[in-house]
Amino acid sequence: MSLSDEQVSAIAELARLSVPRDALRGLAQELSAILDFVAQMNAVDTSGVEPMAHPQDVPQRLRPDEVTETIDRARYQAVAPAVSHGLYLVPRVIE
Amino acid sequence: MQWEPVIGLEIHAQLSTRSKIFSGAPTAYGAEPNTQASLIDLGFPGVLPVLNEAAVRLAVRFGLAIGATVARRSIFARKNYFYPDLPKGYQISQYEAPVVVGGSLTIHPEGGESRRIGITRAHLEEDAGKSLHEDFQGMTGIDLNRAGTPLLEIVSEPEMHSAREAVAYMRALHVLVRYLRICDGNMQEGSFRCDANVSVRPKGEAAFGTRTEIKNLNSFRFVERAIQYEIERQIDVLEGGGTVVQETRLYDPDRDETRPMRTKEEANDYRYFPDPDLLPLVVPEAMVEAERQALPELPEARKARFVEDYGLKPADAMQLAFDRDTADYYEAVARVCGDARLAANWVNVELAAALNREGLDVACSPVSAERLGGLLARIADGTISGKIAKQVFEKMWTEGTEADVIIEREGLRQITDTGALEALVEEVIAANPKQVEQYRAGKGKLLGFFVGQVMKATQGKANPAQVNQLLKKRLDE
Repeated sequence: MSLSDEQVSAIAELARLSVPRDALRGLAQELSAILDFVAQMNAVDTSGVEPMAHPQDVPQRLRPDEVTETIDRARYQAVAPAVSHGLYLVPRVIE
Repeated sequence: MQWEPVIGLEIHAQLSTRSKIFSGAPTAYGAEPNTQASLIDLGFPGVLPVLNEAAVRLAVRFGLAIGATVARRSIFARKNYFYPDLPKGYQISQYEAPVVVGGSLTIHPEGGESRRIGITRAHLEEDAGKSLHEDFQGMTGIDLNRAGTPLLEIVSEPEMHSAREAVAYMRALHVLVRYLRICDGNMQEGSFRCDANVSVRPKGEAAFGTRTEIKNLNSFRFVERAIQYEIERQIDVLEGGGTVVQETRLYDPDRDETRPMRTKEEANDYRYFPDPDLLPLVVPEAMVEAERQALPELPEARKARFVEDYGLKPADAMQLAFDRDTADYYEAVARVCGDARLAANWVNVELAAALNREGLDVACSPVSAERLGGLLARIADGTISGKIAKQVFEKMWTEGTEADVIIEREGLRQITDTGALEALVEEVIAANPKQVEQYRAGKGKLLGFFVGQVMKATQGKANPAQVNQLLKKRLDE
C-alpha cells in the first residue's frame, strides 16, 4: 500500500496540520509502512471472530444521573487567549 | 415527467437528564455562558468520560416504544471534525453499533392516510456548544454550556414522499418523546431539532436521486416549507437538464429558500473510530425489563381505546390522547362525571380555551380533574344546563371552589318544576299576542323567540328542552 502526496496532504488538512511540501514524500513513505504493517494483520483470517472495540473485555460502567461538578468558570477560562462576558472568543467563523 | 420526492429525517431529541451524558455537570437551559461546562465538557487534557445511566435508560425506553431492538451491546465512536464549539475536536457518538435498531412510527398526514414509517436506528451522542456570531468586535463568542448534553439521534428510513408526510412524522415523534417523558420537546430551546434528507426521482423508478441535506430545522412550519422548497428546486434543476449536487443546505425562513452552506471542507470525512475512552455499552437486562414493565399505554393505543370504549370521534380522541397529562386529566374527569363524551367536549373546548388564554399546562390547571368532573356531573344529572355550567366554570377557575358550592350560593339550579314553568309560559304568551298570532299563522320559526323569552325570565335556569316542549304544547293547542 503506498500513499500519494495528495492523500497525505488531504489527511494533514483534515487534521489541521501544516506540512511543508518537501516533507510530504517522507511522510507518505512512513505512513505507507504503517499501512503495510496493518495489511499484514489484515491477511489473517478472522471470519467468525467478533470484532473488538476495546482491548479489555469489560462493559462500560454507568454513572448515576447526578450533578456532581462545581463549575469554576474563572479558573477554567484563565488559560483561554480571549474571553468576554463569560464567552470564549475565537477568530470569526461564519456559516 | 412525474417526480416522486423521497425524504428521510434525522431528529435530535435532547434527553431529559439532570446531568450531562459524560460528566456530572448540570444541563439547565439559559444559564450564564460557560457555567454548565465542566473540565470534561471543555475537553481538558487527561479527563475521562463516564456514561450517564439515565441517558441509556431513556434511549432504551424509546426503543421499546417504537418496537425496536435494544442492542445488547453498542459502541461509542469518535466523529472527528474541527469547529470552535467542539472543544475536543471530535463528538462522541455511535456509528456502527447504535443502541436502538429498527422500529416504526405511525403518522397521520393532514388530509391523507395514516401509515407507518420505518425507523432505521437511534443512537446516543453528545451535543456541541453554541457559537454566537454577533457583537464581539469581529470575533465569535463560544458558549459551551450545551456541550455534552445528551442527545438521541433518531434516523428514519427514506420513506416519506411529501413535505406534509415529513411534518406528520416529526409531529408523531414529538408526541411520542414527550409522552415517554424522555425529551421536553421544546423547539425554541433546541431540545428537538431536525435535519432533512431530500431527493427526487422519476415516479416508478427504484433508484434514489442525488440527495441534499437541510440542516437545523427547528419548527414544524420550517420543516414543511424548507422541504417543499427543496423538492421544487431539485425538480427545476432536473427538468432544466441539470444535475443535483450532493451538499448540505441551510433554510432561510425570511426568504423562504434553501442555500448551500459555505464550508471550506470539500468532502466531509469524519474518520469515525471506536472511542478508546469508553468501553462497550452493555445494556443491563434488568434495565430493559424495568423499562418494559413501566412503559405506559402509548398514544396510538390510548387514542384507539378512547374511540372504542368512550365512543369519541377520532379527531377528539387524538387531541386528548396525544398529550399524557391531558389524557390522564380527561380520564379522571370522565370517571367522576360518568359521561365520557361530555367530558371530552369540555376538556377539548372549555378547559383548553381557558388554559390557552392563561398560557397554562393542564398539569397546572386551577380547576382539578375531580372538580371539573363534579361540575359535569351536575349537567349530567340535570341540576344545571350546559350554559349555566360555563358560568360556574368561570367562577371555579377564578375562585378555586367546587361546583356545588357555587351552584347553591348563586341559586343556579335548573327550574324543573313544571308548574312554575307553565306559569312563565302563560306570562310570555300573554305578553306577546302579535307573535302568537304570527306563529299560529304558520311562522314556526318564532318558537325560538318564545323559548328565548322564557329562558330570559328564568335567567337561563330553565331546561331549554322542557321549555320547548311546554311552549309547543300550549301554542299548538
